[in-house]
Amino acid sequence: MKFTIQVNEGPYQHQTADSAYQFTKAALEKGHEVFRVFFYHDGVNNATRLGLPPQDDRNITKLWADLAEKYKLDLVVCVAAAQRRGMLDENEAKRNGKDSHNIHPAFRISGLGQLIEGGIQADRLVVFGD
Amino acid sequence: MLHTVNKSPFERNSLESCLRLSAAGSAILLFEDAVVGAVQGTKIADAVSAALSDREIYVLGPDLAARGFDQSKLIDGIQVVDYGGFVDLSVDKGTVQAWV
Repeated sequence: MKFTIQVNEGPYQHQTADSAYQFTKAALEKGHEVFRVFFYHDGVNNATRLGLPPQDDRNITKLWADLAEKYKLDLVVCVAAAQRRGMLDENEAKRNGKDSHNIHPAFRISGLGQLIEGGIQADRLVVFGD
Repeated sequence: MLHTVNKSPFERNSLESCLRLSAAGSAILLFEDAVVGAVQGTKIADAVSAALSDREIYVLGPDLAARGFDQSKLIDGIQVVDYGGFVDLSVDKGTVQAWV
């Protein structure tokens, strides 16, 4: 079965980023397809490449990135939600005259249309929110 | 339909709303802080028990264990699943509605 996952909460806030990751991993391990993971609202903070959690804690961004590499996942960050929270990739930083960028290369920035498409293309849209 | 609830019923009214509005025959999964809603002897336990007459209620085992609740303390009729079971429920029960 084909899934799209929506993540609305940042990492280390409550538990939802972890739940979404564990659900996505379990679905992939069962042989299901994950069409897209869409990060919306504070969920965009999952994509920072500058996070430095303590060494004995999980690194949620890296967990997503490793899962994406293993299963060729499409991790999409909502552009409007990202920009208002200071989450930029190299192109967006350049375009907006900013001196730095912080989106992990395993993620890509795109628009809400990608969430709608994900909902249409997948058999199930599963939302993890706050 | 599968309804998911992730907040404690003593913090938000999402479980109460879900119990009130979900249709007979649907399934409800309690995870994260909502697992306390699956435990016996709380203020919401009677409403949860009543819903079990025409709905299936599941609780995520790892989240229950992480909060120190023993499965022997669950309301009778509530079933325990792991993340794989959560995936299976979303496949088997149809559309997933998150009460966030």
